[in-house]
Amino acid sequence: MILIINGQKKTFVTPLDLRGCLEQEGYGDMLVAVARNGTFVAKNNYGATKLDDGDEIEIVAPMQGG
Amino acid sequence: MSKALHIDGTILSSRLFLGTAGYPSPDILRRAIEASRPGLITVSLRRESAAGKGQKFWDILKGFNIPILPNTAGCHSADEAVTTAEMAREIFETNWIKLEVIGDDYTLQPDPFGLLNATDRLVSKGFTILPYMTDDIVLAKKLVDAGCDVLMPWGAPIGSGRGLNNPFALQTMRKRFPDKILVVDAGIGAPSHAAAAMEMGFDAVLLNTAVAKAGDPVAMAGAFAKAIESGREAYLSGIIAPQETANASTPLVDKPFWHQNG
Repeated sequence: MILIINGQKKTFVTPLDLRGCLEQEGYGDMLVAVARNGTFVAKNNYGATKLDDGDEIEIVAPMQGG
Repeated sequence: MSKALHIDGTILSSRLFLGTAGYPSPDILRRAIEASRPGLITVSLRRESAAGKGQKFWDILKGFNIPILPNTAGCHSADEAVTTAEMAREIFETNWIKLEVIGDDYTLQPDPFGLLNATDRLVSKGFTILPYMTDDIVLAKKLVDAGCDVLMPWGAPIGSGRGLNNPFALQTMRKRFPDKILVVDAGIGAPSHAAAAMEMGFDAVLLNTAVAKAGDPVAMAGAFAKAIESGREAYLSGIIAPQETANASTPLVDKPFWHQNG
């Protein structure tokens, strides 16, 4: 299936949950927060969040801001 | 002399709120924070790469033990702002959010309708909202009714360095909301602008570009800290009212050659 990770199309093997996606992409131990299709997903729900073809995943981290 | 500022029961050690963007280097940012010891530090969220760029930035800030205020900068809708606030809460472990919903790309003027919508939704989720807003009194009233104890009107457009574009509106807001925490946010260029806001009775000043883009950001951060403290003390001390005529400060009675006419 195709997922859009931070605006970039990537191919994954199904089935896949959000936790597995983050681990595959190298975010496993990082301080990040995630939204799926514009909706926030809490960290304790990653494993229960099954991903579908075409899902848009936003992965964010602390950054400078004013 | 300057009574401490509290937000949600947290005592803030300074009335300078400092942004962290646009510094020449991470080390200069760190030294600017050390020089000014702000009461709040603002941060943001951006897409993270697997290289972990954001993690290094966060490591710098964590060591200061200064309260963190995440923002929703760059959001153009209430939906984006709400999701961003929820992500920020998880990462920074704070219910505080500087809520920005931009309505115009040229001026970066806040969208009052989107701001109010997002405020309603986030208050119901337990957030403490610090709204970046225009100086509109009606909007301020609606935000207070929605649950805001802090209001953050702009001084001027973000990054413009123009200072206080509309002092009358800011003074009116101070008079109309005497019990709310008012913070001038954005548009500050010089320490005198910040001092002027504090002399009006504002509770704090939030700024970023004026320090980050200064010739010497570390020294400028210190200058702003002094100006804000000075402005606060002046406000509490009771600034004299302007007069239409001169009024000699030196007593004239018994001066040499003095004689009473008439």
